[in-house]
Amino acid sequence: MNNSEYKQKALDKSSSGRTIEMVNKSLSRRYKAERRFRRYGQVAIIISLGFLCLLFISIISKGYPAFYQTFIQIDVFLDPDVLPKDKLSTANYPGLIKKSLSSEFPEVELRREKKQLYGMVSIGAYYQIRKMVMKNRDMIGTTQTVWVPVDDDIDMLAKGHIDRNTPELERRVKDIQLAWFDRWDKAGKIKKRFNTTFFTSGDSREPEMSGIWGAMAGSLYVLVVTLLLSFPIGVAAAVYLEEFASKSRWVDLIEVNINNLAAVPSIVFGLLGLAIFINFFGLPRSAPLVGGLVLTLMTLPIIIIASRAALQSVPPSIRQAALGVGASKMQTVFHHVFPLALPGILTGTIIGISRALGETAPLLMIGMVAFIVDVPGSFTDPSTVLPVQIYLWADSPERAFVERTSAAILVLLALLIATNFLAVLLRNRFERRW
Amino acid sequence: MTPSFLIILLLALSVFGYHAGRRRALSVAGEADAPKLHSRPVYYGILTALWCGIPAMILFVFWLAFEPAIITNIVVAEFPAEIKNLQESRLNLVINDVKNLVEGNIVSSETKTWLQSAADHYKDLQVVSKAALAVIALSLAIICALVVWRKISPQLRARNHVERIFKYFLIACSTFAIFTTIGIVLSVLFEAVRFFKVIPITDFLFGLDWSPQMAIRADQVGSSGAFGAIPVFMGTLMISAIAMLVAAPLGLMAAIYLSEYADIKIRAVVKPLLEILAGIPTVVYGFFAALTVAPFIRNTGSLIGMDVSSESALAAGLVMGIMIIPFVSSLSDDVINAVPQSMRDGSYALGATNSETIKQVVIPAALPGIVGGILLAVSRAIGETMIVVMAAGLTANLTLNPLKTVTTVTVQIVTLLVGDQEFDSPKTLAAFALGLMLFIVTLVLNIIALFVVRKYREQYE
Repeated sequence: MNNSEYKQKALDKSSSGRTIEMVNKSLSRRYKAERRFRRYGQVAIIISLGFLCLLFISIISKGYPAFYQTFIQIDVFLDPDVLPKDKLSTANYPGLIKKSLSSEFPEVELRREKKQLYGMVSIGAYYQIRKMVMKNRDMIGTTQTVWVPVDDDIDMLAKGHIDRNTPELERRVKDIQLAWFDRWDKAGKIKKRFNTTFFTSGDSREPEMSGIWGAMAGSLYVLVVTLLLSFPIGVAAAVYLEEFASKSRWVDLIEVNINNLAAVPSIVFGLLGLAIFINFFGLPRSAPLVGGLVLTLMTLPIIIIASRAALQSVPPSIRQAALGVGASKMQTVFHHVFPLALPGILTGTIIGISRALGETAPLLMIGMVAFIVDVPGSFTDPSTVLPVQIYLWADSPERAFVERTSAAILVLLALLIATNFLAVLLRNRFERRW
Repeated sequence: MTPSFLIILLLALSVFGYHAGRRRALSVAGEADAPKLHSRPVYYGILTALWCGIPAMILFVFWLAFEPAIITNIVVAEFPAEIKNLQESRLNLVINDVKNLVEGNIVSSETKTWLQSAADHYKDLQVVSKAALAVIALSLAIICALVVWRKISPQLRARNHVERIFKYFLIACSTFAIFTTIGIVLSVLFEAVRFFKVIPITDFLFGLDWSPQMAIRADQVGSSGAFGAIPVFMGTLMISAIAMLVAAPLGLMAAIYLSEYADIKIRAVVKPLLEILAGIPTVVYGFFAALTVAPFIRNTGSLIGMDVSSESALAAGLVMGIMIIPFVSSLSDDVINAVPQSMRDGSYALGATNSETIKQVVIPAALPGIVGGILLAVSRAIGETMIVVMAAGLTANLTLNPLKTVTTVTVQIVTLLVGDQEFDSPKTLAAFALGLMLFIVTLVLNIIALFVVRKYREQYE
């Protein structure tokens, strides 16, 4: 056979479909499929991260104005007739402010309009004046210029959340109030200041007086209980399972239990807390103590699993060397293995605790959803925690609470980021690769 | 003496015992030939301290646990005869009155003399009990410590004793997981059984009507609540299904891209970012769903002329799906990475493109692991609470329309149990029956998933 015959044959074959030709023909289609598949993956990641961005943008844009509160400047005459020296704490402070407002707008005479005028200033203003007077009694009889917080609706107006073009009936701020507000604003008597109340006070029905400090204190108490119980118990369990237990059915049972508990829905732990801690042992409802106990049970599996992984990563040569110089098993573990595993264990603990910090559902079950104004002072005081406070505020109809909910979420996220950052830092600083 | 002061005192005694034991060990050994001691002196100290603290602490815990019950019994025994013969529930009210009197709270009925005397008696007993506890606990601590202290000799195997006590402590801690599981099962099962005594279990499992509002008075309209849980189960399934429709493709494709295509730099940035989604508290997602996603869906729906409920299943499911994406992606990532490189190389050698290799070799090989991961994600979706509580509805509709309001098991548990209720009504007990179902379903899903994943891992190890 000569060359040309070969060529002829190849041509014949290609028209009837030689493999390489088929492959070449389908190549563009296959490459297209390849690119499409790759793009699916990119799109999936972009969508997921897009949701993340959307979440953060929506919460930050809603929440950051809550860190500012609108204040108004008024001149209050501290009338000695209204403020008798012996009854300073129960004097008629609202009356003082009402008088000051009336003197500023003497043309307001209708009862309904007066009520609207007085409603523009927050109830918090009365407490502020009282505090001021109680602190410095010499002020009585003088006229003081003070900045007091405005009502939440006026605050929303100042922040531009109330549309002036909507009909008056559908608006929470009436036309006449708008006019007063504009007059104040023109006179430079309206100012936005950093909202310290938000960080220093407990919950309140009035948005402008509510704060997250009560919930933060509650969270702190709950986490202290959780940490004090779950860290020693979790670490001890991990040490036993990893270093002492021999393979047996009993140990298998414990392991299966731990793995399952890590996946049990959190609300079931709440049911456990309600039925056992509250109804059976009679511990107080809404107490950080019970919340801490429930969250301990939830965090234990996380800590145990993380601690076991940390103990596993310590090489056996360390143990053998310790045993070789005559240390007992217990001494080997606690003098040598445990200190080396500690960074990993602490990282796992921090992650468990930060999970507990964001947990809401089981705490609803044990009654930590009550409306509590006072900042808790002990482990058995009724209290709430930060995520539950967010849940409670999210349910409130006032526009100002939406803002505060987002702000509280920002604080919670900041705390979580801080704890996780600490965990990463700890891991990078102390983790040893063997 | 308050309990916390007693604890501090016991701790102080233990510290003192530690030093005493250690010094005694050194002195019995004699300065010159200290090596004769069986253990290092520290262990003699620890042993003394442990014996000083532990028995007293155990006594302390048991005393506090049983004290109220015993005192109540003594006080009840001295009630007037006609009160003692009251029904148990009425008697409990009386006892509550006594306790309120003791704590100085206002009682409901006007104070009768026998009630006041009972309260006084209660108070006296409390004082006596506190004093007795302090005396007994402290003397027990001192006696135990003294006995051990006297026993200290060079032959005493202190280290072995101490290590044994430590080991018992470790074992006790490791059994916590089992006790927790038992606690969950008992607490849920016990109340659920009481519920099924009132409402037959078949009515609960197969009934089509759910309206747990019990009337307060017998003659009220709708006095018997309906406890057919099918609509609740359906709602849960629908929201979970929507969530999985979002999370499974997105999570899986993200995992495939990250493990097969993305270079290390992109992976190092994107993976932690995805993990952030898993770390955000669920209450935040709930807020996002209720205030951003649900209104958006409703407005979009009304734009194209559809009637969308403001608490639609779609909004809750969508947001729940977002939450679960990192869960699916990290589990899939693990199993895809576990597929041996040699299988991929074989496929490339035959001329397959990257995507063909993934679709026809990697995914089939990793399928059991991926399925296991998705099952775990489903169990997470079913048990998720805050998103649905905030974004899904309360009314139980038996519908397949994702734009309508549905309710879920977790929502019902929360609404039935939050707030003040009497603990015996079927309404509250129903929450525990739902909790039992939730626990069983998630447990079964988890066990299957863990089994599948483990089997799969063994295959390539």
